[in-house]
Amino acid sequence: MYRYDEFDHAFVKARVAEFRDQVERRLSGALTEEQFKPLRLMNGVYLQLHAYMLRIAIPYGTLAPRQMRMLAHIARTYDKGYGHFTTRQNLQFHWPALKDVPEILEKLASVEMHSIQTSGNCIRNVTADHFAGAAADEVADPRPYAEILRQWSSLHPEFSYLPRKFKIAVTGAESDRAAVQVHDIGLHLKKSPEGRLGFAVYVGGGLGRTPMIAKKIRDFLPEEDLLSYTTAILRVYNLHGRRDNKFKARIKILVHETGTEELAQQVEREYLALRESELKLPEDDIQAIREYFAPPLLPVRSEGEALLASATATDARFATWVRRNLHTHKHPDYACVTISLKGIGEVPGDISADQMEAVADLAERYGQGEIRVSHEQNLVLPHVARADLKAVYEGLVEIGLATANAGLVTDIIACPGLDYCALANARSIPVAQQIAIRFADQSRQEEIGDLKLKISGCINACGHHHVGHIGILGVEKKGAELYQVTLGGSGDENTTLGEIIGRGFGADEIVDAVETIVETYLGLRQDKSETFLAAYRRLGSAPFKEALYGSEAKAA
Amino acid sequence: MKLLAANRLLDGVAVWAGPDGVWVEDIGQAEIARDGDAEARLEQIGREAVARNLVLDIELIDIDVVDGAVRPLRLRERIRAAGPSIHPELGKQAAKQAASLV
Repeated sequence: MYRYDEFDHAFVKARVAEFRDQVERRLSGALTEEQFKPLRLMNGVYLQLHAYMLRIAIPYGTLAPRQMRMLAHIARTYDKGYGHFTTRQNLQFHWPALKDVPEILEKLASVEMHSIQTSGNCIRNVTADHFAGAAADEVADPRPYAEILRQWSSLHPEFSYLPRKFKIAVTGAESDRAAVQVHDIGLHLKKSPEGRLGFAVYVGGGLGRTPMIAKKIRDFLPEEDLLSYTTAILRVYNLHGRRDNKFKARIKILVHETGTEELAQQVEREYLALRESELKLPEDDIQAIREYFAPPLLPVRSEGEALLASATATDARFATWVRRNLHTHKHPDYACVTISLKGIGEVPGDISADQMEAVADLAERYGQGEIRVSHEQNLVLPHVARADLKAVYEGLVEIGLATANAGLVTDIIACPGLDYCALANARSIPVAQQIAIRFADQSRQEEIGDLKLKISGCINACGHHHVGHIGILGVEKKGAELYQVTLGGSGDENTTLGEIIGRGFGADEIVDAVETIVETYLGLRQDKSETFLAAYRRLGSAPFKEALYGSEAKAA
Repeated sequence: MKLLAANRLLDGVAVWAGPDGVWVEDIGQAEIARDGDAEARLEQIGREAVARNLVLDIELIDIDVVDGAVRPLRLRERIRAAGPSIHPELGKQAAKQAASLV
């Protein structure tokens, strides 16, 4: 994985020193909150309901064991012994004291991590496929490009005060696991018919109060033009994006109001002017970054199949986990392992310091020293020999992280919601917990099959509810929590936005409503191979409305 | 009836304006404003505390007193007073070992 060079080290160290001084001046009263707030936000420090919150960037979701151990140390020393992985592949601590943040940042810097650009109207952490560099279906590893974008966008003087925040995602496989079509810029790595690498470029996707699917404005952008084209998009946005209304300031609104064709022309004009500039990436530079992400040397471990066959035959729980939590690796003797942070009744995305350390140990011993964070709030060990799967599984059982539910109805994305977040209107986590408990039975979950359920506690949609097969949005109505349900959303290569199914449900009704939806699907699917999403696309909303609202639905 | 809520600058902990201008961590010890004059006085205390860099984000919140105990009207403020509803062992509710306000 990428290692900081001297410039990275100097830059992050200088930033820590700068923020230490700013915190000291705030605590002494030399800076007012009005002056300090934008400075703390630029360093990932928010103020939430119970305390400050520190958001730490995990570029393209890639973590080394030493970094995970440092997160465990920080959780134990400065927080309450746990951290929370987010839907942006980041990690949040919910309880740090402001006075401790400079020291925390110093410790993060010692393992090449920081919190810069995890807030504010700038280019945020670049996200990528969590199976990058390992998945069998990959055209190429998207992380070198994500790293190039990270270096280019860090403290970019022209793009540090954009109309609004800006999120870029990169995926390298035909199956889009990075949800690129709901990002400000989505890059889909592909090969031209001549075998050249480049990107399909999507612009103007996003969730929040005005969800929109990104528009493809270029079918093939050669890789060497990554920065000139991205700069062109950002320039058009920076110039024309609305600054008069926060709710209309994202690029998705600009694309919508300008029209895709006109916006694409504006971008192309800028691109033409920039194409032969210093932004053109020399092949040597791309190669130099690519080498940081060179695949690990994976020895032949052909004994894996026989070991696996015997272990799954004698251990039914292990067999279940193997069935659900593995993804096909490029190397036939290896697998990508999903470590579910969705234990039944647990908080989605939460992990204790002890668990962090144990995962770091497993990654070191069996996983080529690599850990990934998925935007679905799970962890991944991308390179595990199939011969070692039983040992990894047993290690995960010991720390309570062997839940065999990847991709199932209990593998729920949920934002922190009103339990922590100052913006939230309703709780998300308790709803996720109750749904998971209701569907806890493994055979029932597997009978239901692949189903993505996503919950947000407010309209800002950090829980990605718009692209959940079943989406739940918490709102506050007459002082009580109310949950609106959307169906048919999807955040993959065939992105769709969920449709609101009808009136919302109270906190004591929402789990039953989800069960009704699932039972309706089970009753109407053609056979087990027809997933929830496929069935919804075939059937439409009518049978689900009927099941949920009965005669009320007919009358409407 | 209203209370004045805020977060403490140093560590962000939720606090409320108590008697004699002291900021308290237990909402039960907060000073209750029962009329407009009392509300204005609490706000004045809040503004002075903001100016002295003790607290930030001051806000008057609506409450009831139920069986002698303070109960904020909004769930948001009840969670703030108790701690995350999913973690009874964390936040103020843990120290009081009392039932959550939620």
